Amino acid sequence: MAIEAGTAARARIDRLERVWLEHPGVLGWLTTTDHKRIGILYFFTSLFFFAAGGVEALLIRSQLLVPNETLVSPGAFNQLFTMHGLTMIFLFVIPISTGAFGNYLLPLMIGARDMAFPRMNAFSFWAFLCSGIFIYTGLFMGNAPDAGWFNYVPLAGKQFSPGVNIDFYGLGLIFNSVSTTVAAINFIVTIFKLRAPGMSINRMPLFCFAFLAVSFALLFAMPPLNTALVFLELDRLAGFDFFNIGSGGAPLLWQHLFWLFGHPEVYIIILPAFGIATAIIPTFTRRRMVAFPLVALAEILVAFIGFGVWVHHMFAVGLATITMVYFAAASLIIVIPSAIQLFAWITTMVTGTPRFKTPLLWIVGFITFFIVGGLSGISFAVIPFDQQLTDTYFVVAHFHFVIFGAAVFPILGGMYYWFPKVTGRMYHEGVGQLSFWLTFFGTALTFFPMHILGLLGMPRREYTYPDGLGWQVYNVIETAGSYVLAAGLLLVAANLGVSLFRGRFAGNDPWGGDTLEWSTTSPPPPYNYPVIPVVTSPYPMWDLADREEDARRLERGELTLEGGHETLGSSVLDAEPDEVLEMPAESPWPILLALMLAGAFALVLTTHYGSALVFLGLAAVVLGAWHWKEPETA
Amino acid sequence: MSRTKRQWGGVAALAALALPLLAGCENDQQSVLDPVSHPARDIESLWWSMLAGAAVIFLGAVGLLGLAWIRRARKGMPVFGENERVARGFVVVFGILIPIVTLIALFTIGNIFVLPVTQAPAAGSTRLTVEVVGHQWWWEVRYPGTKAVTANEIHIPVSTRVLLVGRSADVIHSFWAPNLNRKIDVIPGRANRILLYSDRVGRFRGQCAEFCGLQHAHMGLYVYVEPRPKFDAWLQRMSKPAAAPSGSEAEQGRDLFTSMPCAGCHTIRGTSAAGRLGPDLTHVASRETLAALTIPNNRGYLASWIADPQHFKPGNRMPALHFEGSELEALAAYLEGLE
Repeated sequence: MAIEAGTAARARIDRLERVWLEHPGVLGWLTTTDHKRIGILYFFTSLFFFAAGGVEALLIRSQLLVPNETLVSPGAFNQLFTMHGLTMIFLFVIPISTGAFGNYLLPLMIGARDMAFPRMNAFSFWAFLCSGIFIYTGLFMGNAPDAGWFNYVPLAGKQFSPGVNIDFYGLGLIFNSVSTTVAAINFIVTIFKLRAPGMSINRMPLFCFAFLAVSFALLFAMPPLNTALVFLELDRLAGFDFFNIGSGGAPLLWQHLFWLFGHPEVYIIILPAFGIATAIIPTFTRRRMVAFPLVALAEILVAFIGFGVWVHHMFAVGLATITMVYFAAASLIIVIPSAIQLFAWITTMVTGTPRFKTPLLWIVGFITFFIVGGLSGISFAVIPFDQQLTDTYFVVAHFHFVIFGAAVFPILGGMYYWFPKVTGRMYHEGVGQLSFWLTFFGTALTFFPMHILGLLGMPRREYTYPDGLGWQVYNVIETAGSYVLAAGLLLVAANLGVSLFRGRFAGNDPWGGDTLEWSTTSPPPPYNYPVIPVVTSPYPMWDLADREEDARRLERGELTLEGGHETLGSSVLDAEPDEVLEMPAESPWPILLALMLAGAFALVLTTHYGSALVFLGLAAVVLGAWHWKEPETA
Repeated sequence: MSRTKRQWGGVAALAALALPLLAGCENDQQSVLDPVSHPARDIESLWWSMLAGAAVIFLGAVGLLGLAWIRRARKGMPVFGENERVARGFVVVFGILIPIVTLIALFTIGNIFVLPVTQAPAAGSTRLTVEVVGHQWWWEVRYPGTKAVTANEIHIPVSTRVLLVGRSADVIHSFWAPNLNRKIDVIPGRANRILLYSDRVGRFRGQCAEFCGLQHAHMGLYVYVEPRPKFDAWLQRMSKPAAAPSGSEAEQGRDLFTSMPCAGCHTIRGTSAAGRLGPDLTHVASRETLAALTIPNNRGYLASWIADPQHFKPGNRMPALHFEGSELEALAAYLEGLE
């Protein structure tokens, strides 16, 4: 789509470049409100935590290589598996899928120039970074959380865990969920209000549907978690008795609140992956998604039904049969929206003309592992089977196929898919395919034998195991597999890292993609689009006439919004233009607010409540400055 | 045993998946796949039938992906042409209709027919009750109606329905002896019930299945299933107070035990030692292991355990007391006599 920009268009683009210019250098990164730069910050931060979580996983696997191994102490092992879970869920998968992919791509896909609340977006990143550092401070002090990511009381109460370990967990996750909640609100408003003219809700890409569902799920899943965490910290720091059995408290209250958050969380982890898969498949099969409305509906339904299944984590605690049967039924019903999506992807591939480039290979791996993890997941809705296999390695196998195989594979595929868009360069295809196969077989070797271990009676979360129970051979295979897996991931990093500097230039649209982001330059300019695109189908890049019309509108100066730092607001359902929204420019307040909160949390942890209040006061001052009307920008 | 039968079923189901499982069955004292009771057998059957169903679904779906691979980069019209209705119909049939039928069948079999089999026995339907109390990190075992108290091993008569009542003294644990039945969490403030049954004599291994802190890995137990007369004799012996020390060394050991801090945590019925924090040692010599299956129970291990309990099971509640070599010998000699 090479339409030469005329002189009028050139002048408009120059003006936009000036208006949207941010500070150069480090200061620019600290104060940026550009969703793409924030996305990149999220990307590298969460990858850093991914590496940390990966090292923890390798240490766990090495300790379990042979019976009675003493590579790490029991206490260190418990900290390692707790931190591995916390890191991968709260500091890697959620931030990279929503913070990095969502932030970078969502405004591009809906034809907007930024997120609805750019400063809130920046705050969300800085709060995430600070909460991650907060939680990891515990590990570097040798006092990391050590009661598992599920943190059951009374083990996690003051009586049985007197150290600060659990406070790093409680306070760190409250801090982290501030970031997540803010991000979820931002996504919802952005998706509802900033879509390009013509992108009515039924023409919105399925990727955006997935993120809409995730954002709503996050918004409703965080309150139960925060309730539980506040109860926990009140018990621990102020001597309350929410979970203290001796004073009428209830340990099971923690489990209900935690899993009321925890199970929706599983779908929060997987839904962005579904979104990425539905973005990659049409491009590489040259075909529209089969059953588009059903898939959109299924994405929403998964997020919704996900709130009604939490008790299947608690089938062994001795609840009434009728309670368990209800939740078992709900856990089976949620299979159906997942099956709809699964067969929609497969049918699209079979009836299209697939080209198995690296991104699509990761999606094939994703589908394969999602079937394995999905099928083993169904078995947990069969109550007697769940009661036999829960808390064994069978469960570890199941959720790693779902969370690693099914949630992380599309993230890795997405890295390859959008690499040319974000960097302007192409990765190495051969190395890309090799990295996929290494990771694929590494994953299968690491996690498949865990099913067998569970059936042979090996419980989860034990730092060692005795000889003579037939467990060793599978543990050896798994540990070997985990090193293959790590090699595959390092190859992904090497491929993308080298290609960043050496890759050939990719151009705007190397794949013939179907969504709007492929129409702008690679990498996109700070304002994303010189002219707000007008859309007539869910596959706007395959409507060539529309894109040519965009170019003519740029020439004429229609919807270019070049007068200021602006984007277009539109109506919720039909995306009819409502108003021109003035967007805030770069700002120091978001990072300062996050730092003040970090100070307050650190002081609560060290029980300096007075000083913590001072920091909260400072945070209020920063918020006041934030809301002070800014002078008009050029 | 039924291993050969399972082998044929496994080969028929899916050889590639089943073979490693069978290799693992060489040692089946803590395995879901070697059930010795009706509930555990039903759960095992659920597993094999779900595996067979899952294999069909998995191979079918991967076969379709293979079809996509065969058709890769093909030019021209897609298989169904532009007819979206056929493709959508495929999604409706495989994504909605077939799953609904399959899931209803699974729900009916698992949660309506099998579930009652694995539930706690009806009140009054059992003649023998075992009370199990989870501690960090060992199991206290009591037989209500008798004075018998032991630790980390449960004896039950063969082919007898036994009610197991699980409680916790501290944090949440989970009682799990997979050959006999599914697991049940033991939770402070609650008494959870489960059926314990075996129609085969033997020793089966169990283990705490809910993460309970530092030594969660070393919280095992044995379930001994014995012929009725042997069980009755055992229970009678366990109900008696401890044997008197035989010989002067053992006597010195008893005096040490009752005068030292040992007695603050352990009970030896028939002596002044009546502590409740650690396991009852009245018949400690009759047990096969020490520290919840952590080390074998013999004189050497017993003496080195007393000398340095933190060596084998770091973090456990037993402190190292500083004994002379001769004192250790005396203590071990005494405890070794407590059959």
